[in-house]
Amino acid sequence: MNLSSRLRNIPFWSWLWFILGALYFILPLYATLDFSLRMERDIIGFKAYLSAFEDPDFLKTFGYSVSIAIVTILVSIILTIPTAYWVRLRLPEARRIVEFITLMPFVVPAIILVFGLIRIYSSPITIPFTDIVLIPPLTTFKFGTSILVVAGYMVLGLPYMYRSVDTGMRTVDVRTLTEAAQSLGANWYTIISQVILPNLRSALLSGALLTFAIVIGEVVLASFLGVPAFGPYLFLLGQHRAFEPAALTFTTFLMTWAAMGIIQLVTGGQGQATGAH
Amino acid sequence: MTQTALSALKGKVSTSNLKNWIGVAPFFLFAILFIFLPSMRLFMDSFKNNEGQFTFANILQLFSEPYILNAYWLSIKISAVTAIGGAIFGFLLAYSITVGNLPKSLRPALITFSGVASNFAGVPLAFAFVSTLGRTGFVTALLKNFFGMDLYQSGFNLYGFAGLSLVYMYFQFPLMVLIMAPALDGLKREWREAAENLGANTMQYWLRIALPILLPSILGATILLFGNAFGAYATAYALTGGRLGIVTIQIGAQIRGDVLHNPGLGYAMAMGMVFIMAVSLAGYSWLQAKTERWLK
Repeated sequence: MNLSSRLRNIPFWSWLWFILGALYFILPLYATLDFSLRMERDIIGFKAYLSAFEDPDFLKTFGYSVSIAIVTILVSIILTIPTAYWVRLRLPEARRIVEFITLMPFVVPAIILVFGLIRIYSSPITIPFTDIVLIPPLTTFKFGTSILVVAGYMVLGLPYMYRSVDTGMRTVDVRTLTEAAQSLGANWYTIISQVILPNLRSALLSGALLTFAIVIGEVVLASFLGVPAFGPYLFLLGQHRAFEPAALTFTTFLMTWAAMGIIQLVTGGQGQATGAH
Repeated sequence: MTQTALSALKGKVSTSNLKNWIGVAPFFLFAILFIFLPSMRLFMDSFKNNEGQFTFANILQLFSEPYILNAYWLSIKISAVTAIGGAIFGFLLAYSITVGNLPKSLRPALITFSGVASNFAGVPLAFAFVSTLGRTGFVTALLKNFFGMDLYQSGFNLYGFAGLSLVYMYFQFPLMVLIMAPALDGLKREWREAAENLGANTMQYWLRIALPILLPSILGATILLFGNAFGAYATAYALTGGRLGIVTIQIGAQIRGDVLHNPGLGYAMAMGMVFIMAVSLAGYSWLQAKTERWLK
């Protein structure tokens, strides 16, 4: 093969698009990293990172966001597994409506969701036509707002969590597994905990990590409901500091990267996209 | 006798059916409490005036208040620009890693990166672009020092329409890559071979066969990208501090304090947004169903 035909075999346009895409991906990250390392004049170092991580407010808000993320993931799992399982095994006629509900965050974005949540839960919910209070005004106390935040994040994560779990159940064929376990005399508790859950591990992990990626830097629900979360903290820090926000931005990117990398590893799949912008 | 057996059976079926629905009751309760009640409340309130009486005035005012019309128009423009731009660029990238003859090893890297980038949004994304294209940003300095080109002298502004569009593109085109890569995989080799046997060149194959098959999927994905940008709030707020009045920013201002001096109008504005999002989701699902006929 001579040089010119070899050159013709190189897919020029493909390489061009790929390189442009790679530049678009990498430049903002490189710029952020570069900036975050220059806190001290003429020295490349991690001072901005140390300074950012030492801030007690960082620890507090980051800790809060991590714990909210964990609670959100656990409650989502508790809610979606039995639902998806039940719909698959006993109630296929509910599939359409359940799937429709899981898609609601695409119709009701975070800003509208928080608007509605505040509107509903800033006054007590009473039993109609009486004065008996069913739910106290949740926005008025700390635990109440945390409930609303968790519920809101569950809604935002629902499409990804439900789809992961449902796809997982389809690939392992839960019906056959259940029948096999039943014929061996297992009770429902054993079936769920010993048979279904272990088989859903990778589906659950990818749902959990996607939820984590949504929750950890989320701003809209957190700031309008006034909870001390990491997203609003990072935003405020950006108003009066330069280097620390860059350091935290790069750290957030690394965490998202880790979450997506693990998902890619455990599912070997296409990866998924969320919509919490 | 068979009659009674049958009706007994029927009774049994319907009670067991009811029991089955109890299995999904917690999920429905959750959906009612945290999705439907809040949205229904906004919906009902958008038909109320300040005295709580029923009115269409708020909905009608959406179409006459310049402040609101401008917000919708700006949101629609920015969503359309980034959806179309993201769709074109994302398609080309998806093309390059699927049927574009690039080394196989690049594909998982690009797919993972797309997963990261489409999830990397909000405050961190805005900050990353400030470090890149802000007044003292990395690329701004690079262009000035090496090419003598002053971005901000030539009219570019990261904190305006063009800047926000560039930032949105960061999560728009990766989403397109994630949607289009599987669709491009669905193009069968036989179709191309058949076309070539009949004397078609590459251009004819793409224009007459591949693109028409992919068209519903491309359009559907573009609509999804539109909705993706339309509902975005945090990125725009973190970048512009609320100065660029897209509809989500204006709704945010209305939640913080009644800037419209009419709560009902604020609810109507929110409902207008839900309406646009619902139409785009419906368009997407319709086109998705059309795609699945070919790409199995």
